Amino acid sequence: MNKTLLILRHEFLHTAKRRGFIVMTVIVPLVALLLIGVFQLVSGIARPTAEVTTIGYVDELGGFQQYTSQGNITLARFDTPDDATEALVNGDIKEYFVIPSDYISTGVINRYTLEKQLAASSATMTAIKNFLTSNLLAGKVPEATVVRIEAPLNLVSTRLTETGAVAPEQGGYGNFVIPAVFSILLALAIIFTSMYLLQGLGDEKENRLIEVLLSSVSARQLLTGKVLGIGAAGLAQVAIWAISVPFLLNLASSSIGGFFSTIQLPANFIVLAVVYFILGYLLFAVISASIGAISSNSREGQQLIGIFTIPLLIPLWFMSLIMFLPDSPIWVFFTIFPLSAPVEVIVRLGVADIPAWQLATSLAVMVLSIIGILLLTIRVFRTYLLMYGKRPGWGEIIRNLRSG
Amino acid sequence: MLAVEVSHIVKSFADKVVVNDLSFSVAQGEIFGLIGPNGAGKTTTIRMMMDIIKPDSGEVTILGEKLSEATKNKLGYLPEERGLYKKLGVLDSIIYLASLKGMDRRSAEEKANELLNQTGMLPHRGKKIEELSRGMGQIIQFIVGIIHDPELVVLDEPFAGLDPVNTELLKGMLADLRNQGKALVLSTHQMNEIEELCDRILMINHGRAVLYGNLAEIKSKYRSNSVLLEFEGELGEVPGVTEKRTHKGYTELMLDGKTTPHQVLERLVNRGIMINRFEVATPPLNEIFLRVVGKNHE
Repeated sequence: MNKTLLILRHEFLHTAKRRGFIVMTVIVPLVALLLIGVFQLVSGIARPTAEVTTIGYVDELGGFQQYTSQGNITLARFDTPDDATEALVNGDIKEYFVIPSDYISTGVINRYTLEKQLAASSATMTAIKNFLTSNLLAGKVPEATVVRIEAPLNLVSTRLTETGAVAPEQGGYGNFVIPAVFSILLALAIIFTSMYLLQGLGDEKENRLIEVLLSSVSARQLLTGKVLGIGAAGLAQVAIWAISVPFLLNLASSSIGGFFSTIQLPANFIVLAVVYFILGYLLFAVISASIGAISSNSREGQQLIGIFTIPLLIPLWFMSLIMFLPDSPIWVFFTIFPLSAPVEVIVRLGVADIPAWQLATSLAVMVLSIIGILLLTIRVFRTYLLMYGKRPGWGEIIRNLRSG
Repeated sequence: MLAVEVSHIVKSFADKVVVNDLSFSVAQGEIFGLIGPNGAGKTTTIRMMMDIIKPDSGEVTILGEKLSEATKNKLGYLPEERGLYKKLGVLDSIIYLASLKGMDRRSAEEKANELLNQTGMLPHRGKKIEELSRGMGQIIQFIVGIIHDPELVVLDEPFAGLDPVNTELLKGMLADLRNQGKALVLSTHQMNEIEELCDRILMINHGRAVLYGNLAEIKSKYRSNSVLLEFEGELGEVPGVTEKRTHKGYTELMLDGKTTPHQVLERLVNRGIMINRFEVATPPLNEIFLRVVGKNHE
């Protein structure tokens, strides 16, 4: 068998048999299963109670007598704030509010409660709001109009294709969930896989096995076999996750329903996820290989590669910004910048369409960066892989790159 | 045909010349000693012979062929500091590294079992490398170095860390390899091992050859022109001897420049002195090493 293939097979098996790798691969679908289970359990327990609560009010302005039943909340009128306070302390009512005589000009409603809370619950707010609106409009507009004023908008969006037909991919949050989760997994997979490469090289360098290897194969064969072997293991991991997604989604939508049934995969998602994993991994692999060559042990190497992983994680930090300001030109930069592209593209894919030219530029820049760094890596690889002890200074490395 | 021929190799790192115009050859069926002080350029020379790094200029040929991908399978190497994949099994490690030397799996396994048996390591073949002692790990690495029947084997400090039993075992195996016509290069700081095993040596210092050739010839060149004598009876004055130094159990006779040891022996026999031992004093390699390196230091 070809020596490169031998190294590839060895590295693949060596990585795939690592305990950490197996745990990572299995744990992601397991955690998703667990979450679905917990969700069902919690939603079973915390189903909103149908119990009727009573809220008191004091009407100092006058005219607020009707519509005292708002869903599960009943409003009870008190003559004075003192009466209401007494009822509150006795536990007859949950809270009360006062409509002051200058309410029409100020809009101020004073609310009193015994509980410590961030803000009034949305159910309470809605009940009070609808109670006030209904009473203010009573007799002035038809009943149906009152209802419409209370809930004027029930937005149903439909995305059309350029031909005017209903688009198969509808967008919205349902479209965002999987790319968001997958972008995190992709970043982890790229980082872990290139870490394995770095650690493997560091170990071989530390225990001098590298000399035996290099007396058997060329540096190019060693580098190619290692990068592809460990990468294949990483790709298998990503593939297992990607394959488990539709299955888990099915389970979630059938058992939980609601929002989960609206989840769908963006178009080209799987293809782009795999392509960006491969390119992202290759980029980080060649960077790891050169760092592995110049650093004196795997610990030092991992600190150095840490610097390069920051751009990869930036799109995750700014995920909410990408969600709400998807058209900012900053995202175009991160889509094209090779170190952040893999994660950025996946996140953006869930939010909006990425113009084809941006994808093409991004892919081209990645491929060119990989080739460029690979050429530099081969230059430093052989020289520095055999130097132990002190890491060479940056000046020396640059001199060597020029002369090498 | 020469097993290895190194001609005029030069290697420099950054601005420092580490190996400077070095030439030597190793014949088939020879154990060749490579010695020199720390930092002399031994490891760099070995790496160039093992095709791990390329010389800036000059050439290394193995059995008349220039070093290339194909000749790598003819090289065997035991580096000075050893390590194997800690988590991998003994047999798997040997087979993997042997396969990188172009052996197919089946013959690698067969040969591995044979060598493990020969070294008494067969009971450990299922263990992981990390479960082995240091000396055992070294035996495994030695097996890795020779399993593919290489034409040239370079051993860097092969006996360091081995117990006397394993040292003897290894020496026996080295002798076997030599008898099979392999070229062996031994690099060590233990001069007694060089004296015991090597036919010829190369001593380098500051990247240049300072001594090269047959060990016995080198030693005779460095002899101090004296003889060692164990005798019975009264010695008295011996013509041609300038000084007598009495050591424990023997006497060292310093000769003047004109007298040969043979003439001294003749004179002693003629006088009827009972001679138990008569030996032309040659300095131990260790002393030559110190003298040559010391001179270069000045």
